[in-house]
Amino acid sequence: MIYQGKQKIWADYQKEIPDDHWFYVRSCIRQNFFPGAEKMFLEICRGLLKKDFYETEHHTTCGGIAYHCDTIPQETVMTIVARQFALMTEAGYENYVASCITSFGNYIEILETWKEFPELEAKIRELLWKACKREFNKPKYVAHASDLIYKYRNEIAARAKFRLVNRHTGEPLRAVEHIGCHYAKMFPSRSIGGAEYPYVLSGMIEAWGGNVIDYPERRHCCGYGFRQYHVKANRGYSISNTYKKFESMEPYHPDFILTNCPGCPYFMDRWQYVIAETEGKTYGENGYGIPVLTYEELASLVLGYDPWDIGLQLHQVAVEPLLDKLGIEYDPSAKYKGLNRKDIMRPELPGVLRCC
Amino acid sequence: MKENIVIIGGGIAGLEAAGQLLGLGYKPIIIEKSDRLGGHVADWNCLFPDMTPAKDVVGRLIAGATEANIFLNTEISFVNKLKDSYNIMLSNGISIITKIILVTTGFSVFDASKKEEYGYGVYDQVITNRDLEHWFNTGNDRRIDDCGMNAVGFVHCVGSRDEKAKNPQCSKVCCITAVKQAIELKQKFPETMVYCFYMDLRMFGKKYEDFYIGAQRDYGIRFIRGRVSEVSENIDGRVIVKAEDTLSGKPVKVTLDLLVLMAGMVCNPDSTKVANMISLPIDSDGFLKSRDNVADIIDSPKDGIFYAGACTGPKTVPETLAEARAAALKIHLYNKTMQ
Repeated sequence: MIYQGKQKIWADYQKEIPDDHWFYVRSCIRQNFFPGAEKMFLEICRGLLKKDFYETEHHTTCGGIAYHCDTIPQETVMTIVARQFALMTEAGYENYVASCITSFGNYIEILETWKEFPELEAKIRELLWKACKREFNKPKYVAHASDLIYKYRNEIAARAKFRLVNRHTGEPLRAVEHIGCHYAKMFPSRSIGGAEYPYVLSGMIEAWGGNVIDYPERRHCCGYGFRQYHVKANRGYSISNTYKKFESMEPYHPDFILTNCPGCPYFMDRWQYVIAETEGKTYGENGYGIPVLTYEELASLVLGYDPWDIGLQLHQVAVEPLLDKLGIEYDPSAKYKGLNRKDIMRPELPGVLRCC
Repeated sequence: MKENIVIIGGGIAGLEAAGQLLGLGYKPIIIEKSDRLGGHVADWNCLFPDMTPAKDVVGRLIAGATEANIFLNTEISFVNKLKDSYNIMLSNGISIITKIILVTTGFSVFDASKKEEYGYGVYDQVITNRDLEHWFNTGNDRRIDDCGMNAVGFVHCVGSRDEKAKNPQCSKVCCITAVKQAIELKQKFPETMVYCFYMDLRMFGKKYEDFYIGAQRDYGIRFIRGRVSEVSENIDGRVIVKAEDTLSGKPVKVTLDLLVLMAGMVCNPDSTKVANMISLPIDSDGFLKSRDNVADIIDSPKDGIFYAGACTGPKTVPETLAEARAAALKIHLYNKTMQ
């Protein structure tokens, strides 16, 4: 591997990202999967870095999942997105940041389509007006939320309480980065690092002290792939993709996996349990799995937030081995205490995959 | 004859044209940017389809042009159009007045790192056709194991016929060069499995088809019709190649010790620079535009300015040499009409 070759490509795929004043839109599904992630994004950006991030309860799905499942036409998705842009316009913002990778890809695809086919944009404006009497300005800038954490990575590093270093060995932790398919594969120039060697997550890992692993199936889909999972008959295909990735990364012994997509962390986390049950195989050390984190969760960990306050107890794969390597203290008895120390009940432990 | 004839470029086209012009009684001037003559062919080991040593071809051409005035390490600083001639200022401070310019600036090799999915410049075991030819010439490349390799792949059309790479043109020589290099590798390492990933095989030249059939029949080289979609590196540094075999309709995944990218021809930026100095038109493929692509390929739209070789588009060595001879004759006839 020639690291300088990657650096050369990364230099070609950098983008100017506005520093402040963002209209933030959440994902449909992330709050059900790992609810701490979006909360911590706003906590870091607003609370810690004192940036202006606005969100509204009127925001809805972008229609991306239905669009990629071929269940609604493109004009419908465009009108939904036009409404989101109208909300941004009404709130007085010009910079639009999406929590979801598919939404990000959806927004970019629609804006590029309108650029090529202005008559379609005019039609969507008309449809939106007829539907809800709204008008919109197109955003001046569309980012994915991981772009923002990438932009702030050095500020976060400067405030970090923990480095991505194994406290037992002193060696940098080995990290696999997994980029959501809709981040750069459709429009490489709108990403950080391009489609082949994206840098958005690698940049965070490097800035926070870890080492990035490149492995043969790095670019492969996590296995979610809407038409793989949402069509029930295809779910075997979904897990076979995930299995392929884990088999490929296994020889590199990663300490954790970092993701920037709603579905990827969920499927790479949960399918490890299913693989363990069906194949009897686990990929972490001593029967554990490989922890899968979102970038917001990882940023929160290095900043010193309590692992249970950021929702890590909702992961299928136990994160405790990773916390031990990082030297992060945690209270095992508080793992299943929710807000106000409410007992959220312990899950049943799996038969094969070792959990805490 | 006293008329100055300036040849811009000391590759095989420039050398052949100079040799022919010397034979016709002229004293041409060759301006070459680099420190040696022969252009790309001088870097090659041997030439298809007869495995002719490239150094023999280049050596003969240089020997035939030694009487020309040759300026090495020399660039054109600027060109002024005079009433019926051109004033060419060279980087060595010499100024030449001429009514006849032959442009033989050739091509550039496509930068294979632009096709990011193939991993050139990122993965150690991904090289180009040019790198492999260098190894054939010198035996010196740490990426190639002299003791042999289990499997090697060739990817055709790297940066050619590729809208994404902004190069719609076929580079003409890559198919046959891949066959040639694959055979050479098999001759050195008979046990090595060799794959060629192609979208088309354009075996148009004399003996090309025989060469291609021989590669399969005599050397067992496997040709897979399908473009490579992804290249990655495994833990021991070998490259994993994914492609689709479009004939069998199945995906293919192979692990290789070496992947060779057949980087194509693109317009030499020096051609564009010269074109800008003399106000010559550029064709839609980025190469210099001839007066007519059928009957007047060696004529520029301007009187007294001629082309030969790959400055007007990808060409084989025989085509380039034929154009150079034609250009020399055309210049001779043009000079006679001026007198």
